Amino acid sequence: MADLIWVYAEVVDEKITPTTLEMLSKASEAGTAEAVLLGPAPDDAAATLANHGAAKIYRSADPIYRDYLTLPAVETIAGLIQKHNPAVMLFASSYGGRDLVAALSARLDCGAITDVGDFVLKDGSVEATIPALGASYQNTSTLIGGGTRLLLVRPKSFEPKANEKPLSVEEVPAAAGEALRKVHVKERVTVKREGPQLEGAKTIVSGGRGLKGEENFAMLKELADLLGGAVGATRAAVDAGWVPYAMQIGQTGKTVKPDIYIACAISGAVQHLSGMKTSKTIISINKDAEAPMFQFSDFGVVGDVFKVVPQLIEEIKKRKGK
Amino acid sequence: MNIVVCGKVIPASSVTIEIDPATKRMARKGVTHELDPAAASAVEEGLRLTEKHGGTVTLVTMGISDATIGIRNALAMGATSAVHVLDDAVAGSDTLGTAKVLAAAIKKLPFDLVICATESSDSYSGIVPGQVAHLLGIPPVTFAREITLDGNRITIKRQSEGGYDVVEAALPVVVTTTSGINEPRYPQLKGIMAAKKKEIKIYTAAELGLSADQVGEAGAKEKVLTVGRPPKRQAGKVVVDEGEGGKQIADFLAELKII
Ligand SMILES: Cc1cc2nc3c(=O)[nH]c(=O)nc-3n(C[C@H](O)[C@H](O)[C@H](O)COP(=O)(O)OP(=O)(O)OC[C@H]3O[C@@H](n4cnc5c(N)ncnc54)[C@H](O)[C@@H]3O)c2cc1C
Ligand SMILES: Nc1ncnc2c1ncn2[C@@H]1O[C@H](COP(=O)(O)O)[C@@H](O)[C@H]1O
Repeated sequence: MADLIWVYAEVVDEKITPTTLEMLSKASEAGTAEAVLLGPAPDDAAATLANHGAAKIYRSADPIYRDYLTLPAVETIAGLIQKHNPAVMLFASSYGGRDLVAALSARLDCGAITDVGDFVLKDGSVEATIPALGASYQNTSTLIGGGTRLLLVRPKSFEPKANEKPLSVEEVPAAAGEALRKVHVKERVTVKREGPQLEGAKTIVSGGRGLKGEENFAMLKELADLLGGAVGATRAAVDAGWVPYAMQIGQTGKTVKPDIYIACAISGAVQHLSGMKTSKTIISINKDAEAPMFQFSDFGVVGDVFKVVPQLIEEIKKRKGK
Repeated sequence: MNIVVCGKVIPASSVTIEIDPATKRMARKGVTHELDPAAASAVEEGLRLTEKHGGTVTLVTMGISDATIGIRNALAMGATSAVHVLDDAVAGSDTLGTAKVLAAAIKKLPFDLVICATESSDSYSGIVPGQVAHLLGIPPVTFAREITLDGNRITIKRQSEGGYDVVEAALPVVVTTTSGINEPRYPQLKGIMAAKKKEIKIYTAAELGLSADQVGEAGAKEKVLTVGRPPKRQAGKVVVDEGEGGKQIADFLAELKII
């Protein structure tokens, strides 16, 4: 089918990931969307996928996909692709997604496009938009040579939308054999994260190298709490060991799109911008008037973060009558 | 323990990388190059493992002649030798073309472990290592933020969305390192001197048994159609803090009805 678009459905922390639903919503607008769901998943997973536009779901709940990385899923997906020949298959640009696309593109000798921000089906092929080089460019690419086009999609590229389809599930046989059980997940360790999560936050207060130390993130936390938001950081702050990697925003961290993004002592490197630039309203505080961040801000204050932020906190408290 | 590290030499971080509108590729010729910091981390990890378990570290890189400077840097850090695939025929390779070249070069070497950086700092596709693993017929063990070897078993802490996974496999594998895994050492004078005498083996694609239609622009499945700039965001108002900066932000938030 020339407009058959598959989405690899990802489950993280026992939930279908937001990016999966974003991709499905887009796929069901651009063509006929179907999903592949492998490994243990919550009871309502298939229904959630159908609600976001999946006309059909290929499903195996076998734990081999959870307990052994990459190889079993590649075996199953490669078989399904060869049988049904979708025009496009979308994967989230996540840990698991990248491993699968790498292996599938080599196995099917079809190549792949990574870091995709948007795509259209065109003349039996696909044309993808890629925010390249830390989103300082916006290029388009295609894949030649036939076969299913594999795309790795950036999170937050599309709006998740309800587009309910009747539930249709086809059970597929689980991949089996010792040769696939080579990369064993022995343990999953979840680092406890407090407060609202970055991914869904409507307001994000983010800190950079100019914060000078771990202790000063407390002030950002206080501001974020007052605004009902979450705290993020640049890679400079993460690499310095002040905050955990889960808080990193940017090319090699999370992609976020809140209503309000408050950048505190962040210079605005392309790799950081590429993870937050599409936020609705950006506010920044930086002592350097030439900081690139100001060019992307709706409102900027040239000043010392250690003066401006405490005053902002006091002011919000005052206005909230606290 | 024979370790192969795949690492890229890229335009230095001080260089703003541009895309040449004519070739639609990154402009690499004539700009200062350095060992990709991500690759330096991968080399560092290889060195630490051989310091503990014995063995050699061989750097494999595909790149233009300017790459030599970065290769020397890896050798000065302590890598044993290097392989440089240097050939105009490989220019314009896509990820899979690059992986075919790297896999062919690796096959010429004895190896127990291949280390790649999760992603390169310039193109950051992050899929070349997985493609190399498939082409070598060995498993990918990815996103390591810690690596331990015990006999022929490798155990890693694999970065995950909410923390990390403990993942185990038998060698040989392709392992990929994340940026925080270590702090790469700086080459010392002794290392820099020693590096001058170390071997850099140079191959063309043909010498690796790859035909011209498999690699480079000719072999690329991915074709860049257009190169452009994203729409510029309209910059807003910027004020200088004269003691009221925090209040002014509060006013702005109030205008947006956030507070
Ligand atoms: C491959 C690759 C991937 C990357 N991925 C990411 C990523 O995912 N996310 C990311 O963030 N970065 C990433 N980076 C790093 C990125 O290039 C920058 O180095 C980083 O974003 C800089 O962080 P920063 O703005 O906190 O620090 P800096 O650039 O050092 O900026 C600090 C800012 O603080 C200001 N400042 C200092 N003191 C004060 C004060 N008292 N009051 C007010 N302002 C003050 C300074 O004027 C300066 O503008 C990546 C880099 C590479 C090569
Ligand atoms: N030209 C190259 N030479 C050597 N290694 C490479 C090359 N391209 C990619 N790699 C390896 O693959 C990793 C991921 O690269 P990328 O897919 O570009 O993000 C790099 O960190 C290297 O380990």
